[in-house]
Amino acid sequence: MKTDSVLEKVLKSGNLAVTSECGPPRGAVPEKVRQKAEMLRGYVDAVNVTDNQTAMVRMSSFAASVIIRQMGLHPIMQMVTRDRNRLAMQSDIIGAYSHGINTMLCLSGDHPHFGDHPMAMGVHDIDSIQFIQMVRKMRDEGKFQGGADIENPPKMFIGAAANPFADPFELRVARLAKKVAAGVDFIQTQCIYNLDKFEKWMAGVRDRGLDEKCYILAGITPIKTVGMARYMKNKVPGMDVPQEVVDRMAGVPKEKQAEEGIKICVESIERLKQVKGVAGFHIMAIEWEQKVPEIVEKAGLYPRPQIA
Amino acid sequence: MITAERKPLEEIIEYIRPFQKILLIGCNECVTVCSAGGRKEVGVLSSLLQMSFLKQGKNLQIREHTLERQCDPEYVEELVSMVDGVDAILSMACGCGVQEICRRFKNKPVFPAVNTKFMGASERQGVWAERCQGCGNCLLGVTGGICPIARCSKQLMNGPCGGSTSGKCEISPDVDCAWQLIWDRLKALGMEDRYEEIIPAKDWRPGRAAGPRKIIREDLAE
Ligand code: SF4
Ligand code: SF4
Repeated sequence: MKTDSVLEKVLKSGNLAVTSECGPPRGAVPEKVRQKAEMLRGYVDAVNVTDNQTAMVRMSSFAASVIIRQMGLHPIMQMVTRDRNRLAMQSDIIGAYSHGINTMLCLSGDHPHFGDHPMAMGVHDIDSIQFIQMVRKMRDEGKFQGGADIENPPKMFIGAAANPFADPFELRVARLAKKVAAGVDFIQTQCIYNLDKFEKWMAGVRDRGLDEKCYILAGITPIKTVGMARYMKNKVPGMDVPQEVVDRMAGVPKEKQAEEGIKICVESIERLKQVKGVAGFHIMAIEWEQKVPEIVEKAGLYPRPQIA
Repeated sequence: MITAERKPLEEIIEYIRPFQKILLIGCNECVTVCSAGGRKEVGVLSSLLQMSFLKQGKNLQIREHTLERQCDPEYVEELVSMVDGVDAILSMACGCGVQEICRRFKNKPVFPAVNTKFMGASERQGVWAERCQGCGNCLLGVTGGICPIARCSKQLMNGPCGGSTSGKCEISPDVDCAWQLIWDRLKALGMEDRYEEIIPAKDWRPGRAAGPRKIIREDLAE
């Protein structure tokens, strides 16, 4: 075991892991963090805490992660290279570790263009792969990126994202290989709607044995309405929603669409369980956290293994 | 080259409103090539300003001159005889040229008439695009000759983000994804393996991180 991360323990035990997500609020309202996280208690192994998601200012991922940790849950602190240089990142990492946060996700982040501060300068001192290298060096060598020794180095279980659906497709396995070479421990993928394409990517991943070098959690997002399906299909860069999914949502009356969305999501999980190399699921129910327990139960992922 | 665009006329007018006699200087280098501040643009701006001031019943005297190179003290010296008779100087050169004028003429107000944009190249008639950010330690040798610092919106050094779509960057369908370009070129050269080498975190000191930069060539410096 490289760390004390509960997620690492669950994965190592061979159980399918389940993670979900909590987007911090846009204000000093800690009770909102608690509310969202409380809905997930017992149904997931760890909770991703997003870092200024979609480039909108929110309560910091660090602060919200501390709140969630204090509730006795296990946060996965997300951190983007967009908002911090390597000094700020490393100080937050040792700070978070000092608060019992031992699992994190290294990301580059959405461009400020998409958020509510498009006039802001992105930092991008390092990129997501260099970020993984830095956190691994902190953990395994006990050294800061600049080379100096760390007193009580943070032992972080290191995650990153992968998007099998972005272009160029032929580079997507190689991109994962680079993250593995950089030292990533687990991957959470972009939401999967195009299962055929995902399976094709996984075949490439297995060909190179990458599934044995890192744990891959398949990304799942329930669709609420046909409008949301269309929006994701047409407007979100790097998202692949096949027409069949849109049609299926459109084929049921409005009041039944949410139910249909959950059904699609559970069916996807069932199919993905059969894919060799899938080590668990990352269920991102954005502003729909209350549905996560239902999905976890229906997908046969409940109860969660009790691992101390 | 360095690219620039003329500032909005209203902004330029505000700068020179207090003055009667202006020296308007262009530059024959980059800003001429990108049609922002060469002899022709000096002429156009001069007429626009005069017309605008005339409408307000004010007679603005503008002396026009275009230097071979405004960022070069040798050429800036040419202006000495012209500067005495004017109240202010308006420069259509890039920021380097403007500052060179300021350095030489300590007692004259100097104003920029263009916004200096980036180091780029002409993509086609009338279109210029950014190519280099002067990071001070060029990576083009390992990225297939395409710059990830200047041309990837997130400055990613190790491959495309999850937003790259059909060759375009996630920020806009008008922006090429640098990593698609890099990949296409590595493939064309049969150098796909290159992609898997990790480019380590950049030392930004040769760039802006170590403060304002200077090159001293001992063999040439006097
Ligand atoms: S790598 Fe640096 S020097 Fe080379 S083109 Fe890019 S910004 Fe310019
Ligand atoms: S889409 Fe391409 S150019 Fe744009 S930020 Fe991502 S990798 Fe960089």
